[in-house]
Amino acid sequence: MSTPQDINVRQKPAVAATGGGVDTILATKRLTKNFGGLTAVDGVDFSVDEGEIRCLIGPNGAGKSTLLELITGQLSPSAGDVYFDGHDLTGMDTHARIDTGISVKFQSPHVYENLTVAENLRVPLQRADGDTDGVLAETLDRIALEAKADTGASDLSHGEKQRLEIGMAVTLDPALMLLDEPVAGMSIEETADVANLIRSLHDDGMTFVVVEHDMEFVRQISDRVTVLNQGSIFRQGPIEEIEADEDVRRIYLGENA
Amino acid sequence: MIGDSSADGRSLLGRVRDRLEGPNTIGDSTTFWGAFAVVVAALAVYPQVVGPYTVIQTSRYFALAFLALSLCFIWGYAGVLSFGQVAFFGVAAYVFGIVGINLGSVTGAMVALVAAVVGGTLAAALLGYFMFYGGVRDTYVTIMTLVVALVLNTFMAQTAGSEWAVGEAQLGGFNGMNVPSLAFGIGQSGLVLERAALYYALLVTLVATYLGLRVLVNGSFGMTMVAVREDEARTATFGYDVPFVKLVVFTIGGALAAVGGVFYASWGNYVDPTVFGIGFAALPVVWVSIGGRESLLGAIGATLVIERMRTELSSGIGPVGSEWALVIVGGLLLTVILFMPAGVVPTLDDLADRARSRRTEQSQSTTATEEPVE
Repeated sequence: MSTPQDINVRQKPAVAATGGGVDTILATKRLTKNFGGLTAVDGVDFSVDEGEIRCLIGPNGAGKSTLLELITGQLSPSAGDVYFDGHDLTGMDTHARIDTGISVKFQSPHVYENLTVAENLRVPLQRADGDTDGVLAETLDRIALEAKADTGASDLSHGEKQRLEIGMAVTLDPALMLLDEPVAGMSIEETADVANLIRSLHDDGMTFVVVEHDMEFVRQISDRVTVLNQGSIFRQGPIEEIEADEDVRRIYLGENA
Repeated sequence: MIGDSSADGRSLLGRVRDRLEGPNTIGDSTTFWGAFAVVVAALAVYPQVVGPYTVIQTSRYFALAFLALSLCFIWGYAGVLSFGQVAFFGVAAYVFGIVGINLGSVTGAMVALVAAVVGGTLAAALLGYFMFYGGVRDTYVTIMTLVVALVLNTFMAQTAGSEWAVGEAQLGGFNGMNVPSLAFGIGQSGLVLERAALYYALLVTLVATYLGLRVLVNGSFGMTMVAVREDEARTATFGYDVPFVKLVVFTIGGALAAVGGVFYASWGNYVDPTVFGIGFAALPVVWVSIGGRESLLGAIGATLVIERMRTELSSGIGPVGSEWALVIVGGLLLTVILFMPAGVVPTLDDLADRARSRRTEQSQSTTATEEPVE
């Protein structure tokens, strides 16, 4: 086990990255989660730089979704801490964590089935100030659901629900976006659309942590990749290195090949 | 100039309607508001055409409608099923009696009204705080609220002894407590709300409360309530403090029940521990389930109809004896839950919507088939 590294958590918001120094926006410190006898996340030191797109991969049960839920506060850790953008999130309620500038899209679509597309977007939007009607129109355009604004969410296709859910998370204008399998069950065209959406938001300065099994999609978007295995960080680095790594191929990528 | 003022008038009316209408209430058409005005007007002339007994009975149904609105608001819009809204209704009724008896004047009755509504509201806020911040959810809320009502029932039932008195007010145990009437005025003189006066006070308050709740549920807070009802965990991930939202909703529900409790106690000049009993606690759930839990109007309508029915049945109609009243209400509840799970009013609204769209389709297809002939 590596010793916990120094955590360079950004203290002030909106400090321009000067020269070579890039700030860490998210850091977990020896984060651990036990479910009974099972250790789903085991002393993980996971840090993400501001402005990067980080993909989290690994076999089923590696602890990827659990790690996200520990960051958003759906689960509370057995040990360890979570820091984000100068805040110690450990012990904060989910809603307070969201207010520090985090958005999340869960693994299975969790749209409000009994509401229309526009109403779904209004739920996060009505907490924002300013021109919410403008943001609503802009978001509908961004997720290509303008024509279905008044359609009930239960009548959407799976891909449309995924896009709506990403749209709902985007309306909060977060500094950090956590996406759990954003393209699961999507066609190749839909996957490319989501990749474009993520890249355009990234160009606007948003940081991403994306859990994904679709390696083609990971190749399209990722700056760096973290491989989780049995609750620990197994490898971390650029996608080319990860894909060339014999051990990663053995534990995970081999399954997909 | 004339054109200007009429345009202003229309836009003001339009603005009022915008706030009253939305996805969370049934009835947004001009026809609906026309019918609504006709019904309110009919209820306003009702005391002139029926006997005093019917006026007094109808006042009682109006007071109970606040209890129905209270449950409809928290259950239908925020998904919190309370089986114990009668607790806040009863607390307010007792507080109204205790304060009213001790102050014993017209001004005293006004103070008692305020104290009772504050008391019922605080009781709801306190219980809500412990439940929602303690992580009590779903059916456990239902059970806990019922238990609170039943505990109050047992407690108040054993207050028969003369040692159970607050100032001059004897709590009276099973025998209950005599309560003064609601009144408005100064000192010993003023308008005492009895008979037709009570009827009109209730009608005005009920219509105002209904319209106020429509504004609330169609506004951004209503959207928040619906989001909490649909998916609590997801709503928290948009930054909403879900326990706080539920606490606010539950407290407003408590205030509505408390208003009903004051009117109810003043109506009968009497309150006893059966207001906390399981028989009474079940009634709001019956009214709201039958009327439609997502419809404020349904809750009011079902209360008026079912309570009228219960009154008629309790004196026995033809071969049907009074002992059948509860069986018939229970049968009605089962039938509605089986065949119209959303309740009567939402089901009728749904049928009307479908008929309208079918008519539109038909007229379109008729024009489509006629065109080639021409």
